[in-house]
Amino acid sequence: MSKFRNFALAAIIALPSVAFAAEAAKPVSKVAAKDYGLGTPATLDMYKAYLIDVRPDGQGAPVGKGTVKEGEKLFGDQCSSCHGDFGEGVGKFPVLMGGEGTLTRDHPVKTIGSYWPYASTLFDYIDRAMPFPMPKSLTPDQVYSITDWLLNQNNIVKDDFVLTNENIGTIKMPNGNGFYMDDRKVAEKSFWNANACMKNCKPTVAVTAKAISLNDPPKDAKAAAK
Amino acid sequence: MKKPSDSRAPAQVSRRAMLAASTAALGLAGTRAAQAEQKPLTVSEWATQLGRPVDDHAYGVPSKFEAGVIRRRVDWLTATAESSVAFTPLAALEGIITPNGLGFIRDHGGTPDIDPAQHRLVIEGLVEKPLIFTLEDIKRFPRVNRIHFCECAANSAMENNGPQMQAVQYSHGMVHNAMYTGVLLKTLLEAVGLKPNAKYVMPEGGDASGLTRTIPLDKALDDCMIAYNMNGEALHPGHGYPMRLVVPGWQANMWVKWIRRIKVGDEPFMTHEETAKYTSLMKDGRSRMFTWPMDAKSVITSPAPEAPWMSKGQNVISGIAWSGRGTIKQVDVSLDGGKNWVKAQIEGPVLPFSMVRFYVNTDWNGDELLLQSRAHDNTGYVQPTKNMLRAIRGRSFNYHNNGIQTWQVRKIGEVNNVEVS
Repeated sequence: MSKFRNFALAAIIALPSVAFAAEAAKPVSKVAAKDYGLGTPATLDMYKAYLIDVRPDGQGAPVGKGTVKEGEKLFGDQCSSCHGDFGEGVGKFPVLMGGEGTLTRDHPVKTIGSYWPYASTLFDYIDRAMPFPMPKSLTPDQVYSITDWLLNQNNIVKDDFVLTNENIGTIKMPNGNGFYMDDRKVAEKSFWNANACMKNCKPTVAVTAKAISLNDPPKDAKAAAK
Repeated sequence: MKKPSDSRAPAQVSRRAMLAASTAALGLAGTRAAQAEQKPLTVSEWATQLGRPVDDHAYGVPSKFEAGVIRRRVDWLTATAESSVAFTPLAALEGIITPNGLGFIRDHGGTPDIDPAQHRLVIEGLVEKPLIFTLEDIKRFPRVNRIHFCECAANSAMENNGPQMQAVQYSHGMVHNAMYTGVLLKTLLEAVGLKPNAKYVMPEGGDASGLTRTIPLDKALDDCMIAYNMNGEALHPGHGYPMRLVVPGWQANMWVKWIRRIKVGDEPFMTHEETAKYTSLMKDGRSRMFTWPMDAKSVITSPAPEAPWMSKGQNVISGIAWSGRGTIKQVDVSLDGGKNWVKAQIEGPVLPFSMVRFYVNTDWNGDELLLQSRAHDNTGYVQPTKNMLRAIRGRSFNYHNNGIQTWQVRKIGEVNNVEVS
């Protein structure tokens, strides 16, 4: 996962107070086991029902596979009442497809195709939290199929692509390189200001915008100004 | 018109009705009546008859005259009432401790009712000895008490594109401040022992949403806690009963409620809540991720749109400030939209990663004021204006809006949410 190495490097540059990869050189545990005599020692069998996380490289993905065709059917049955037949979203429920090229516009459409950096996140999230009223009710094969169909709907995989635990860590997402580590300490360095102005800080002050009512959606500042 | 005790009322009624409801709720209408009436005092009926039995409410409730001081949800904001937010009524609160019944609740899959006897926390992954803990196990570890603010990264997000919410409850009400009792996460990680390649932990919620986040090990070993009591009593279900993670100074989304598992790993987990959500889209179309600390922020909670001044003369400007990078060192208040500033009086405890309460006393002649507050923290960070944020980030950053808020005190009984040049 070269992407991870990039993140780790960015982390060292952007957040010197948080040591990430710097610790990797030392093969010594930061926290040695200390026996409090509390808690029950657990074998994997005892907690495997909780192990549902899937990492970008595919670690944690349960054995299974799914198809676009099966995913389309499942999505229609299990997901479309909120997300629409094509993933276009119903009402205020999330839009899952489209939105390419909108991220720099005034009203960006952030979808799986236009925004999400990892396919693993899609599987992990559907598996743990969807369908919204019945989370954790789908089998791994069903989650692979729905994930496969959503990737296909966003033109990320072809119609005949079979998504499995073996290949989920290899999917390249369109916006996979669209993220970088928190850089506020650099990009917003000017906010650390030892000499904040206290007197006559600006020549004039005018009201430029005003909230009009409680029910209106966000207003353009200029339009809202009176 | 709906009664103010209806939790949906303010989102659906006019601003005038909201004002009336809020004014009554704050007792300000009573103040006005007392000033208008010039007649001798009489003995009240409640002085001539017995009140209610001491255990009339086995678990106490506020006066019925405070019925409007409640959390509220905004109907149009979210698709469902289960993945939504109920906001803290900041205008009615004082000091720095938020009562448990009023602290905001942000759920992603509803509030579960978890039987503490059946709840388990497992710590696994890159550990020497995976352990499963009961609540009773957790309570037998050494305890700490810490006062911390908890702010949703989306607090004030509705204000990013211009002033919108005509109430501080909605513009800033995704924050609360409380004392947590629990065990340091470091202690629990000692109990399991970490492998040398451990670098991150991933807390996971035991609710329907099963929320997960990545937390770097240094933070986990520094000041994170597994809390079970909040402001003295057991956590309320909406705050994570029977146990939640506390991540001082960092976005509330990481304070995983109903925590059932902590996985220790060597790479970030890139969960839904740290990729698709809680990332900030910048104007170049790329996004900041892992924006963990909440920057210094302040807001005047009274007067506010729902708590306007009702009299000229002596009035108190009251507000709160906090910083996820450390301790609040100074708060400035402007009466003229940021042209001139005075240092506010910070009254009460000043603690790291905790709210402070500030005041400015003022003699108001009834003329229009443009009230602002500006927080400074001990790292030298000074709360920016909204336009300073937009100049760097654009208008779609969504999370981490800590820009300076302006309240236009227009006349007696009217305060508006505005922006100024």
